[in-house]
Amino acid sequence: MSAVAASAPAAPVAIAAPSAWKRATRSGGLVIGIVLVIAMVLIAICAPWIAPFDPDDQDVLMKLEPPSAAHLFGTDAFGRDVLSRVIWGARVSLFVGSVATLAGILVGTVIGIISGYFGGLVDKLITAATDILLSFPQLIMGLILVAVLGPSLFNLILAIAITAIPAFIRVARGSTLAMKERDFVDACRALGFGDLRIMFLHVLPNIMDEVVVMGSLWLAAAIRTESTLAFIGLGVPPPTATWGGIIRDGFDNLLDAPWLSIFPSLAILAVMIALNLIGDGLRDATDPRTPQ
Amino acid sequence: MTALAEATAPAATVSASEPAAITVEGLTASIRIAGRWFDAVRDVSFEVRRRETLALVGESGCGKSLTALSIMGLLPAGIGRISAGRIVVDAVDMTAADEAGKQAMRGERIGMIFQEPMTSLNPVLPVGFQIAEALVEHRGMGRRQAQARALELMELVRIPSAAQRLDAYPHQFSGGMRQRVMIAIALACSPKVLIADEPTTALDVTIQAQVLALLADLQVREGLAVLLITHNLGVVASVADRVMVMYGGDVVESAPVKAFFARPTHPYSEALLAAMPRVDRPSEALAPIPGQVPTLPDMPSGCRYQSRCPLRIEKCAERPPLNPLPGAPEHRVRCWVRAP
Repeated sequence: MSAVAASAPAAPVAIAAPSAWKRATRSGGLVIGIVLVIAMVLIAICAPWIAPFDPDDQDVLMKLEPPSAAHLFGTDAFGRDVLSRVIWGARVSLFVGSVATLAGILVGTVIGIISGYFGGLVDKLITAATDILLSFPQLIMGLILVAVLGPSLFNLILAIAITAIPAFIRVARGSTLAMKERDFVDACRALGFGDLRIMFLHVLPNIMDEVVVMGSLWLAAAIRTESTLAFIGLGVPPPTATWGGIIRDGFDNLLDAPWLSIFPSLAILAVMIALNLIGDGLRDATDPRTPQ
Repeated sequence: MTALAEATAPAATVSASEPAAITVEGLTASIRIAGRWFDAVRDVSFEVRRRETLALVGESGCGKSLTALSIMGLLPAGIGRISAGRIVVDAVDMTAADEAGKQAMRGERIGMIFQEPMTSLNPVLPVGFQIAEALVEHRGMGRRQAQARALELMELVRIPSAAQRLDAYPHQFSGGMRQRVMIAIALACSPKVLIADEPTTALDVTIQAQVLALLADLQVREGLAVLLITHNLGVVASVADRVMVMYGGDVVESAPVKAFFARPTHPYSEALLAAMPRVDRPSEALAPIPGQVPTLPDMPSGCRYQSRCPLRIEKCAERPPLNPLPGAPEHRVRCWVRAP
């Protein structure tokens, strides 16, 4: 077999262009981001085992304690352990953010591909609707939706997902328009493939890179929106610990006990930085125009 | 090639009475430019039998590709349409078929290969998957079974170490190998009809020869009717059985390949041959055809070549018929001067 290969005309060998992974990890940002996010996710998953106290356990004798060996992040106005609350809060924030973003990606990408692929009137209507939705700032949009739907875990996810959908429609539509002109799509038609097969088996994998980059940035936005809504009292109802909610609880004692708000804020900041590093790293890895 | 085909054809020899694999009768295809419909292919008729190769020759914009798209039922909706004529492929009337019917024909009973092997494959799917896909779509074959057949096909088109390459991606293949993959995809469902649109144009000369030899061999083995679209007369001379020269959507000359090269009769055919580099002639003698094919709205009425023709006479304002040459009924020419 090897003899055949050797004498074969122009036997192709995979010439490893500087691999996407190498390009992505050159700056180190992607790696740091991924490590941070994995750490956060592990913390969230393991919350019941690693949190030193029950997050809802009140201890009136230990109100507004500053950080100490027993309570690393101090305690709040009800004597609850802030570290435990931040750890448990990671669950809600990450869960709401990722489920909402995934739903936004799923729905937005499907609609975007349909819009770009078929064009014509369908495309015009979808584009117009997308433009209208995008003209609302994300937070205002989320606020209106939660106010209308009422605060609950499901409604929160729904509201944030809806704010994410138009962004993914736009990305998927644009990439699909470019993909539609490629020869391999014509080749698919010449093979008698149906529109569904072409859209979701051939176009979709080719636009996934852009969608994933967008997704990591939107995940950050979704977590931020969730925290902001919780902060203004439209998040998951108390006493469930969420990062935005913990900041809100600490807000009344901000001058006496700043640790109440600082530690959950740092948690949000870390996730934002990590997800943006991932987004930038992925963009650099998938965009051939990135300067080497 | 026909003679060779008959000599070495596998047991299933086809009787002479078998209907042609492709029959095109009076095909007129129109495209819409700025709201008006123009005939881009006018009254084209031909037949291609199994194991036969018909070459469609002409410059860009002469209607070759549009003819192929009409046969595939792939004229872009709203911009292109078949305004007259009948196309029968493998006993199915494509002009009467609905969209689902045409879709079932494409890939299943008509294979097509394209000019650009570099871009005609999906860059993110393994080649084995892409070869197997038509079988999954049209035959409802299971993944595993289709993959096994894909391996056979890769061996059929002589891709070395096919088993290891099944999961390779298109960027890991050279241009010639990718064109072999395209051929394997086109032949996956064992169609009787293969439309090859400039299959070797993007390849360098040695690879061209290999791909043409492969196509010729597969044609014999699979009993294919091949419609070869090309502007390369060298390719025509080496593989075609018959030639049809098109200009401005009209068939201007149609002949068996030997007769065509022995006696190119239409002034456009002459000009094409004079513009082709040949080893038996000093290269300075190349004669380009002045001007270019007029755009459809500017197309002259009557003979469409008249705006570039050195032999133009008064009568060319009228459309000449496709007349057989005296003593050669197979060799037909559309010209008032050469075949009145």
